[in-house]
Amino acid sequence: MESVDLIYKGIFILVIFGITLLIATYSTYFERKIAAFIQDRVGPNRAGPFGLLQPLADAGKLFFKEEFIPAKANKALFIIGPGIAMLVATMSSAVIPFGDMLIVGGREIWLQAIDVNIGVLYVFGIVSLGVYGLMIGGWASNNKFSLLGAIRAASQNISYELAMGLSLIAVLMMTGSLSLREIAEQQQGFNWNIWYQPLGFIIFLVCAFAETNRTPFDLPESEAELIGGYHTEYGSMKLGMYLFAEYINIFVVSAVMSTLYFGAYNFPFMENLRSAISDPVLANNVVTMVGVAVMFAKIFAFIFFFMWVRWTLPRFRYDQLMKLGWQILIPLAILNMVLTGGAILLKDYLF
Amino acid sequence: MEPLSNRSKKVQKREMTFAERAYLPAIAQGLGITLKHFFKKKATINYPEQTRERSDIWRGLHVLKRDENGAERCTACGLCAVACPAEAITMIAGERKAGEEHLYREEKYAVTYEINMLRCIFCGMCEEACPKAAIFLQDDKLAPARYERDEFIYGKDRLVEPLKTTETK
Repeated sequence: MESVDLIYKGIFILVIFGITLLIATYSTYFERKIAAFIQDRVGPNRAGPFGLLQPLADAGKLFFKEEFIPAKANKALFIIGPGIAMLVATMSSAVIPFGDMLIVGGREIWLQAIDVNIGVLYVFGIVSLGVYGLMIGGWASNNKFSLLGAIRAASQNISYELAMGLSLIAVLMMTGSLSLREIAEQQQGFNWNIWYQPLGFIIFLVCAFAETNRTPFDLPESEAELIGGYHTEYGSMKLGMYLFAEYINIFVVSAVMSTLYFGAYNFPFMENLRSAISDPVLANNVVTMVGVAVMFAKIFAFIFFFMWVRWTLPRFRYDQLMKLGWQILIPLAILNMVLTGGAILLKDYLF
Repeated sequence: MEPLSNRSKKVQKREMTFAERAYLPAIAQGLGITLKHFFKKKATINYPEQTRERSDIWRGLHVLKRDENGAERCTACGLCAVACPAEAITMIAGERKAGEEHLYREEKYAVTYEINMLRCIFCGMCEEACPKAAIFLQDDKLAPARYERDEFIYGKDRLVEPLKTTETK
């Protein structure tokens, strides 16, 4: 790789990192705003215009709170826990293609930090590591409620990761690739995977909710019976890190869902737009930039959906959660796989 | 047994239909309901900028009125203190000196007049008992929160209506 490419990659990684953190920061603001609107309230509106500085105020508050470590806690692990949660959350956006290719000065610039041919596997591998953060945090607190919350989180994540993976396999069977860029490219124009995989998408969506520990699957932190779950003993910015990691996860999973099922940066009448502009380089760049905007619009729509669901649905009971995962979603996902396989064979046979 | 009302219903526990068991239609319905609330009128009153409208008969902070010439109406008769069920009102009466006619309306006046806002129940009995129409409970002011207990004992300095300087000009 040329050194220019390396510099560009470095800049792009930093930009993606910054965007991830920015979106996660403002997710906290929008979460509060959306919650308020759904409950006929106004929400934060004091810090800055429309309360836009509220995330900064929240962060300031968290930093100035007392840094508390329980006496019998495992100190090293107690500190590492939130760090792992945060690290893992920020790592997974690396393989997501946020846009197609830009041509700047005759140089092709791909809007993706790392294009690996196992992108989907990478995301799944990293996301499943996230549970270590919760587990270590819960264990190191030396508190039975934290431990219970952590165990819940771990078993929930493992259970739902199975169904998630199985529902994804149907998409992989169709596309024949693990590379997120290839999957995105195959959904050219309006040829999105959601039209072929509606059942798979619903399973994936439900599992995504469970993976990010969002309502109705936020059992690890059910305050009624576990006080705060795995982060009961955490305060100050260490708690902030856990909560922040959750918002990053929401962003990442929204991006993954947009890429896998909703056509990533593709949008209808893309080719019409491309042919409408005579200069091919300019046409390509315009289409790519619109594509990036479309991609982010899809991501924001999903983030909004996550919050909308949170302020609508009550929490599942734990046995219901496990039943839904193992007895309903996994068989459904397998059924979806069989149906997809049959459809592919039928298509090959007929055409 | 005789039913107490005719509103009782026989509970029947039927099997849920497939649509009900699938949850998703119900979830979609719920999402619709919350989204409707998203666009509804907000119940919030942004306090320092907007204040809540109170009823016309709402009873708030007391005021000791002056008459049309600016003299205090209160004659320290003590009927308000007698009428007060919470015994929040105390006063000391004094005799008006010559040359103070513009200050006090009658020969007798209240040298001190104190209401303990921690005791006051804002019942409005003082207002009703007053023969001189001197004490009223305002409908637009409330006794604000304080840090110290003695700050809740309101003397004449905080009760007597200020002189209307704009009208005399």
